[in-house]
Amino acid sequence: MNLQKLKTPLGIYNTILVLLCILMPVIAPIIGQEFYTDVFARIMIVTIAAISLNLIMGYGGMISFGHAVFVGIGGYAVGILASHGIESAYIQWPVGILMSGFFALIIGAISLRTRGVYFIMITLAFAQMIYFLSVSIEKYGSDDGLTIDARSDFGVSFFDLNDEMTMYYTTFVLMCGCLYVSYRMINSRFGRVVRAAKSNDERMHTIGYPTFGYKLTAFVIAGMMCGLSGLLSANFEDFISPDMMFWTFSGELIFMVVLGGMSTIMGPLGGAMIFLFLSEVLSNITNSWHLIFGPFLILVVLFARGGVEGFLAKFEKRNG
Amino acid sequence: MNYVLLAEQFFNGFQLGIILFLVAAGLTLIFGIMDLVNLAHGTLYMFGAFFASTFVALTDSMVLGMIIAIPAMLAAGILLEVTILRTLYERNHLDQVLATFGMILFFNELFLIAWGPEGTGINLPPYLTGMVTLPGGIAVPEYRMVIIASGLLIALFLYLLVSKTRIGMLIRAGASNREMVGALGINIKLLFTLVFGLGAVLAGFAGLIITPITQAESGMGESVLILAFVVIVIGGIGSIKGAFIAAMLTGIIDTMGRSFIDVALLQIMDTVAAETAGPAISSMMIYILMAVILAIKPSGLFPPKGA
Repeated sequence: MNLQKLKTPLGIYNTILVLLCILMPVIAPIIGQEFYTDVFARIMIVTIAAISLNLIMGYGGMISFGHAVFVGIGGYAVGILASHGIESAYIQWPVGILMSGFFALIIGAISLRTRGVYFIMITLAFAQMIYFLSVSIEKYGSDDGLTIDARSDFGVSFFDLNDEMTMYYTTFVLMCGCLYVSYRMINSRFGRVVRAAKSNDERMHTIGYPTFGYKLTAFVIAGMMCGLSGLLSANFEDFISPDMMFWTFSGELIFMVVLGGMSTIMGPLGGAMIFLFLSEVLSNITNSWHLIFGPFLILVVLFARGGVEGFLAKFEKRNG
Repeated sequence: MNYVLLAEQFFNGFQLGIILFLVAAGLTLIFGIMDLVNLAHGTLYMFGAFFASTFVALTDSMVLGMIIAIPAMLAAGILLEVTILRTLYERNHLDQVLATFGMILFFNELFLIAWGPEGTGINLPPYLTGMVTLPGGIAVPEYRMVIIASGLLIALFLYLLVSKTRIGMLIRAGASNREMVGALGINIKLLFTLVFGLGAVLAGFAGLIITPITQAESGMGESVLILAFVVIVIGGIGSIKGAFIAAMLTGIIDTMGRSFIDVALLQIMDTVAAETAGPAISSMMIYILMAVILAIKPSGLFPPKGA
């Protein structure tokens, strides 16, 4: 990364996004709005899910309308294990991530046989299936959800997620890790094949790439990353419920990715931040914030297609 | 196993199938012809329920209120098409999904403010509250028979419209090649508006006919929408015949599953296990059905020709 790039509007915007995440625990008490630290922790957790969606949707052209389901699976892995008294992070976290990957493998293997609008509808349908499954299991709280008594235990005294600052900065580091992984993946040989398959699957297939396998691998990686978001969410909220995989959340994730700027590395962070911040502010003004939010979403789709990153990149070109 | 109960549940499933067909037929037509993924189709279903409830309350007659609601649905559908959805035809599926998702959020909230969380409803007039006894001692509520009969009539009407009339010919032509229909001098814009209006009326009719049994409430459209997605994915997108068969299959399997899975499971496992697994499996049945069908035929049972 060269420093010159940071001085462009896009660079400045991205730097501000990251700085806000780093400094919010300091800024929030100063401006007397301490709950903003919580808001930002949520933003970063959701950002991880949005990054994972961007990987398959932005770069792979797979519009998954059921992506929230992997958040739910990650969360339920933590919740279910905790309810059986298994609180060790060394069991909870691998199980959460592997279960998400396992479900992504099954859902992906079936859904990726189809394309286009079928794919959108099938991923949605599978997500609803798991949603209804979680609602129907009374043992784990059905639609009331499940309260988690203790956060994942790492077994060492200096690293305790029950400490809010540790939780916050763990989330931050993991989010940065996911940004880095997505950056590396997209520029790797693997990522190039997936991107090429997005622009022309048949061509890639013809020149000898088994695109199905590549796309499925990308889908599974995205599922696992999303599972990480879910297990962080379960830890942070000390609570899981079927709501975390309801289809509207999948729709919101898609919107965040588009709002921030699809197919850009930092887009999901900006998108999640603007989305969650806006919904926080609007819901404080009125309970019926969807009334403003729905038309806003339509306007973004109709008039601001590249999202924030796209807008700033265009701005640079014009002035550059 | 009690066969009377089985038959009654079969009728319930049949009725769910009819409702799903009405919603899915419009959805599949709109997708097949305009290439539009319309998530807000469930919203049109909700419109039907609320319009009918309002007009029934105003006119004090269920039949009259429902009849007035139909042109109102047509008008609402055309209004939405002309103002927002028309601009989406040229966009990609992602834009369509997002914009129509925005419409869902907006209208659900609007209806929530206007009618509150309990929503509203229609009381059945006394002459429809009885039961019909079919041969073999199977009792079916009269109103359920009304739903099934009217749904079948509409399916017949739709079949005749699409296969025997000029407009139906244009619809079929539009589904296989839009540009060509436009190039041949057909007013494709008008055709699109009409098809959308038709879809709106079908979904709205499903909403209004079911309201006396359920309720008209904000957010009612989405559960039906997602089931309708399953239906058109199973049936093959763009195919009305596929939508009909898949809707019946989905409705009956879903209803039967919910009623009989726990009974069936009791044969092979103990009570506690069956009571846990029963609801879980029955809520997943139709999705498993969808997965199996897709694994065998990725474009559904009746894939559109040329795709």
